[in-house]
Amino acid sequence: MLEIRGLDAAYGDARVLSGVTLSVGPGEIVALLGPNGAGKSTLLGCIAGLVRPRAGTIRWDGEDLATVGPHLIVERGLATVPEGRRLFGTMTVEDNLELGAFSPRARAARGSSLERVFALFPDLQARRRQIVRALSGGQQQMVAVGRALMASPRLLMLDEPSLGLAPRLVRAILDALVEINRAGVAIFLVEQNVRAALTLAHRAYILEGGRIVGEGGGAALLRDPHVRRAYLGPLAVRE
Amino acid sequence: MSVLAQQIVLGLLIGGLYGLAAAGLSLVFGVLKVLDVAHGELIMLGGYGAFWLFALLGWDPFASLLVVIPGSLLLGAVLYAVLFGFVVRAGEEARIKNSLLVGFGLALALHALAVRLWTADDRSITTSYGGAVLTVGDLSIPVIRLLSLLVALALIVSLHLLLARWRWGKAIRATAEDWQAALLTGIDVRRAYLLAFAIGTALAGAAGTLVSVGYSISPSMGLEWTLKALIVVVLAGLGSMLGTFVAGLFLGVAEALSAAAFGGPYREVVGLVIFVVVLVLRPRGLFGR
Repeated sequence: MLEIRGLDAAYGDARVLSGVTLSVGPGEIVALLGPNGAGKSTLLGCIAGLVRPRAGTIRWDGEDLATVGPHLIVERGLATVPEGRRLFGTMTVEDNLELGAFSPRARAARGSSLERVFALFPDLQARRRQIVRALSGGQQQMVAVGRALMASPRLLMLDEPSLGLAPRLVRAILDALVEINRAGVAIFLVEQNVRAALTLAHRAYILEGGRIVGEGGGAALLRDPHVRRAYLGPLAVRE
Repeated sequence: MSVLAQQIVLGLLIGGLYGLAAAGLSLVFGVLKVLDVAHGELIMLGGYGAFWLFALLGWDPFASLLVVIPGSLLLGAVLYAVLFGFVVRAGEEARIKNSLLVGFGLALALHALAVRLWTADDRSITTSYGGAVLTVGDLSIPVIRLLSLLVALALIVSLHLLLARWRWGKAIRATAEDWQAALLTGIDVRRAYLLAFAIGTALAGAAGTLVSVGYSISPSMGLEWTLKALIVVVLAGLGSMLGTFVAGLFLGVAEALSAAAFGGPYREVVGLVIFVVVLVLRPRGLFGR
């Protein structure tokens, strides 16, 4: 479904991605792990069309996305929950969700999408008329996921959705992702909570210094010595 | 006392037009992050549009709004397509600088064009009811300026509703708040820019029409109106059109009061004082988000 080959990206002279090759199939949950500054957000930016790569191709259902504008990438069924949520803070929950279904295809389904979001996050239904800025971090993250779901995506990309949330809320968000995936939506997850991400994911890639240095099944990577040492900490190695 | 009250009334009447003039500038600045210093010249063009519709075809200036507003909307779309659309392609840092260059160039060109076509004379529209005055107690209120104020208010309220309720109105607000997030929700941000610029130009055209009725227009009026609009935008802050209108009324009254207290020449000074004081004490403005 999503096929990335030999992707290079740079900001000015600073090379951020080198020869990244990866894929996400229909209905899959794929995690992308790596330290800060590895290029994870840049990679998501490239897929969403916000960052133009230097070289390489990004194909979606076989179509090269190089010349497709970001809003049309959303229209094709690829929605992003950006890092830091990036909600429209002065607007209501309802307005944010409605804006998520802006593209014509999503708009046609917005009634059922809204029901789906409220079923997933009942909290939001009660708060639909509240200004987003007044919500807690966890509720805002729910709005961010909800807004992306309103686009009726076939692939949902999330950049660190658990960042800064209390453990209970992290659980709630990750549970919601499993729920979303059960409904047939593929998920591409950038996550610093490595253990949780690997438990969730069918497959995972490890990005370090702009290169893919490892990939494998979620369970297998959880047992991998390098992964354990680098991402799960010294305690995990001794376990 | 009644002299003072009369000054305040006149200040409110012109202040409504300041508010309308500023609303367009505020919308363009807030959404495109571009400072359109030719905004006053767009007001001037709206004024001449109404003037010639009156002089050549005998149209009532308030009726000619029905032509001037769509005409300005179209002009705005064209200006965006041939000029400002290229400015917003630059990164946000370069955008303001580029927009100043393009804006000043456009302002000079429109000014020269207006002098060439219509001479440098002051003009105004004198309708049959232009001299009518409403007397309330000691106060005398020029009917035509009162009508202008009401039309300005109606336009601001319509704009507010448009931005609050219309699908693309929400998209424009979303783009103003975070254009990258807007792209990620599937909004065609360039189209939001185009719409915001066209609507901003339409507001300028409407403001120009109202200026040509109660006051006077000339090819050189642009700079003064850009300045007034800029002061009101700074005073109000971005994000609230109703707040911008209120700030316009405030500037009108402040001007009238300082003219009454210190003499006519100080009318122009008070705005600049407000400008500096607000920037120092409350940079996001009175109603800024």
